[in-house]
Amino acid sequence: MSDAVPADSAAVISDAERAELRRHGILLTSLEELYNWGRSHSVWPLQFGLACCAIEMIATSMARFDIARFGSEVFRPSPRQADLLIVSGTVTKKMAPQVVRLWNQMAEPKYCIAMGACAISGGPFKQGYNVLKGIDRYIPVDVYIPGCPPRPEALLNGLIKLQEQIRGQKIAGPDAPRHLGKTDACEYPVPEFGPHDLEPPKNPAVWQPPTITRKE
Amino acid sequence: METTEQLRDRLLARFPGAVQLVANPGPAAQHSLLLEPAHARAIAEFLRDDPALLLDYCSNATGVDWPDKEITETVKVTVPDPAGGPAKVVDQKTTRLQPGCLEVVYHLYSMARRHGPVVIRLRTGNRTDRVTLPSLTPAWRSCEFQEREIFDLFGVIFDGHPDLRRILMWDEFKDHPMRKDYVEPDDYEWEPTPHGTVMDKAKAHHPAPVPVVPPAAPAKEGTQP
Repeated sequence: MSDAVPADSAAVISDAERAELRRHGILLTSLEELYNWGRSHSVWPLQFGLACCAIEMIATSMARFDIARFGSEVFRPSPRQADLLIVSGTVTKKMAPQVVRLWNQMAEPKYCIAMGACAISGGPFKQGYNVLKGIDRYIPVDVYIPGCPPRPEALLNGLIKLQEQIRGQKIAGPDAPRHLGKTDACEYPVPEFGPHDLEPPKNPAVWQPPTITRKE
Repeated sequence: METTEQLRDRLLARFPGAVQLVANPGPAAQHSLLLEPAHARAIAEFLRDDPALLLDYCSNATGVDWPDKEITETVKVTVPDPAGGPAKVVDQKTTRLQPGCLEVVYHLYSMARRHGPVVIRLRTGNRTDRVTLPSLTPAWRSCEFQEREIFDLFGVIFDGHPDLRRILMWDEFKDHPMRKDYVEPDDYEWEPTPHGTVMDKAKAHHPAPVPVVPPAAPAKEGTQP
């Protein structure tokens, strides 16, 4: 143990001690925790569906699965009011610029869930000429939910994972999220319709293909 | 309903030389009628309005791409022996190029008479510059989007179509993806488990595979699994 006082005073009290104090009616918290707690429990998704995954997303918002338990029941019809873009379905190359534009129109802090095989990689249409091979070619994705389509429970689990990510964010320092950082990088380049393909076919600043060591 | 042969004969009496029968040799035996493009609009309106047919509903319009095809024919030729012996029978192979075309197929039904389908076909002159066909949208409104789709994916230009634009691909797109000779953009990135044609693409993009050296397992003396 060192004698130096930690810079972050909240780190002095462990989570177990804080829970013990909470049981005695004493609420101790940090600004960071309060801020992230508030944000993570009101993630408003964009009311936006692309394909069959959107049907599961709609089912998640209805009474049986009830996404309101996690504070995300307010599907906003405007990207200006939304925090979360659920890319629910196949992103065709014709639709991709509109998806990126919607993402650009959303205000920071904003998050993206790629729901289903198509949104992750193009899915069964990956080798076709008209489907984008994953929305992460153009916008940063926070949570990937595999499935074709994923069950509503899987979407809820993805939302819980996103809430965990939000609660783990630091509001200062080099690990600060995008919207608290120095760079104003909430605008992403929108691809253009080219004569044969989208131009550019991917945003190299966001996504690079993994390096492969191919076995012969 | 009358058979396709009877329908062809009736149409030939009215439009001489404008109709051919395309036989379907399969068990379905769904024969179709190949129309001359110059008379296709008039024949379509006749099929729609003829009181015995009343084909008032075009359920489907689709395109077919027939690329240029090299046909090899083997003919038995009798060659006389110059030495005066018996003549020999020799197989002579001739190759000819069957020019390709684009084809549009319409499936017609009658809601009023409850019969169908009557299948009609139109063929373009070739696959490059003579690709104009008369639009049948003035006869059947349901052809509109499907003819736009054929225009988009096959490149058939429909003369007389009210709104001929691309419908699936974007307007700036130049290719016709459903043609047999379409080359898709080379946008291969990676595949975790490539096989088949994807494997060929992977080899083209990763031409020099890094030899994977298996980690040297510690040799265990005298133990067999």
